[in-house]
Amino acid sequence: MAMWILNDLLNMKSIISIHHVSKSYEGRTPVTALQDISLQINKGELFGLIGPDGAGKTSLFRILTTLLLADLGNASIDGMDVVKDFRKIRMYIGYMPGRFSLYQDLTVEENLKFFADVFNTTIAANYDMISPIYGQLAPFKNRRAGKLSGGMKQKLALCCALIHKPYILFLDEPTTGVDPVSRKEFWQMLRALKEQNITIMVSTPYMDEAALCDRIALIQAGKIMQVDAPAQVIANYPFRLYKAKASNNYRLLETVKEQDNILLSYISGDQVRLVFKENDRRIDFPGIELEEVEPTIEDCFIQLMKNESD
Amino acid sequence: MFHIVRDPLTLTIMIILPILLLLILGFAISTEIRNTPFVVFDQSRSAASSKFIAKMDGNAYFTLVNALSSESDLETAFHRGECKLALILPADFGDNVPYREAVDIQLVVDASDPNEGSTLVSYVQLIAAQYQKELIGRASAPDLIQIETKMLYNPQMKGMYQIVPGMIGLIMMLICAYMTSISIAKEKELGTMEILLVSPLRPALIILAKAVPYLFISLTDVALSLLVAYFILGIPIAGNIALIVLLSLVYTLSALALGLLISTVAETQQEAMVLSGIGLMLPSMLLSNLIFPVESMPIPLQAFSYIVPARWYIDGLRDIMIKGLGFKAIVLDFFILLSMCFLLFFVSIKKFKNRL
Repeated sequence: MAMWILNDLLNMKSIISIHHVSKSYEGRTPVTALQDISLQINKGELFGLIGPDGAGKTSLFRILTTLLLADLGNASIDGMDVVKDFRKIRMYIGYMPGRFSLYQDLTVEENLKFFADVFNTTIAANYDMISPIYGQLAPFKNRRAGKLSGGMKQKLALCCALIHKPYILFLDEPTTGVDPVSRKEFWQMLRALKEQNITIMVSTPYMDEAALCDRIALIQAGKIMQVDAPAQVIANYPFRLYKAKASNNYRLLETVKEQDNILLSYISGDQVRLVFKENDRRIDFPGIELEEVEPTIEDCFIQLMKNESD
Repeated sequence: MFHIVRDPLTLTIMIILPILLLLILGFAISTEIRNTPFVVFDQSRSAASSKFIAKMDGNAYFTLVNALSSESDLETAFHRGECKLALILPADFGDNVPYREAVDIQLVVDASDPNEGSTLVSYVQLIAAQYQKELIGRASAPDLIQIETKMLYNPQMKGMYQIVPGMIGLIMMLICAYMTSISIAKEKELGTMEILLVSPLRPALIILAKAVPYLFISLTDVALSLLVAYFILGIPIAGNIALIVLLSLVYTLSALALGLLISTVAETQQEAMVLSGIGLMLPSMLLSNLIFPVESMPIPLQAFSYIVPARWYIDGLRDIMIKGLGFKAIVLDFFILLSMCFLLFFVSIKKFKNRL
């Protein structure tokens, strides 16, 4: 605890502070969603929360957006406590839930106008902030939100979350279920918003998107495994990683799993990734090409996950 | 929030359904006696007996379907469902009646619906009394005490008089409570509530904004129901229209508040449907004097009926609409509804969660 206070004092840039937050859901099978999470997110940062489905990303977002109460620990947004000052926080943050949560039977323009009204503002007053995004939606402004494509829906949702000029933005899996082109566009938009000094906390299950963030937290089973800049996360990878290709990757994987000189082995795309114990790079499988590779965030994630489970 | 017009189907249903319900129930569920089939076993076959039978047959309540020739045919007539009533005139009917001697006639009534059965009997008694009066005529002043019953407010005992105010009460409950609870549960289900919650909107404002459109629709429905009742079902509106509107407004508000209360509990549309269906519709239907008289229910149920808003509304509406009474008569109903309304709104706003 004392260390965190010290950290806060040293790091005055921090705008979102999370201290030892835990959350579990009761029910027939109680679920621990978050275990002792502590994070500092800096002002103006594009911060990524990277983890698979069910890792606890949404729970953490809901606690930070004042929608959910943590069982233990506390969190604050720009000095405002998420429990006590929830009303104040709600004026300054923008939140885009993981599920498309606009009125499907209202048109694009009506949705935007509705949320402008909800925040007691107008579209015109904040048009400069949303114009780069809304520009792409304008041709469809009379279409009902439910009839938009996945990418368009997310852009509209982002517009609605931005309509009141929030200075902190929470985006829960904004690119899930969106085509690759729209995903790319969406991340470009986020970079553009960052230029406007908005702090953005975004979650994603796509490891390849992690590299687009300033800093990332790798979260798995309610625990933060590592927090760092993406390049640093990769630099922290403790092993030499190899890729192997064979005519039948599954057969290859089965074979190497039998061997005692292999620390890690898994399929990634069209190849098998391998980490050897010591320097014994023996593989009892005919006709394979072995090559050392740079680890990706995904490799880091898998290695950390293995670490946690050991 | 003109959001509601975006779903024209629901909107149409909300406006058309009450009228349809009222028409169907007004016409179909009537407890009136009309053209009840009856058979006769006339053992006297006299002028007097055929005159009596003609009198029975000659009014709107009964229709003669068969004249039996033996007593044994009686059972088969009932079994076949040919008749609901059998009239058995004794052999001495023709001999005694014209000479003012007492005579016993026998009535066999299908009492599978006991209410209807007893109504039939009283109708026959009425006809018999009339017949007797005509027969005796002015010739002598009978030194009998005649009991004359006058049916207050509803001289023809029309069931519709009873049903229409009740139906209006029920329909309002359906539209207001049911629809509001579902509409809020829908926002929860679709996730839009999550965004509304993150906004600086106060819960009271969210709740009221959801209730307003339904209030307008409900009041439109009250007006339409009254028009249908007056012009199509021919029910006179004896009392003050302004009073009816006032009472309906308070009732509608309390129904809305109930709907909101349900929606604070229900997480999905289905839950809201079940809760308002069982929790509201049933008590409103059964404990409001609409179908069964509350007075004849067990004490716990009677006690429970006091917290059913429909009971007070229907009671008050009958007082104004049918009896034509003034505000004094409904003062109790009015204030009970008003306090229910405030209490329910207060509780539902308190209960509305600021978080997920």
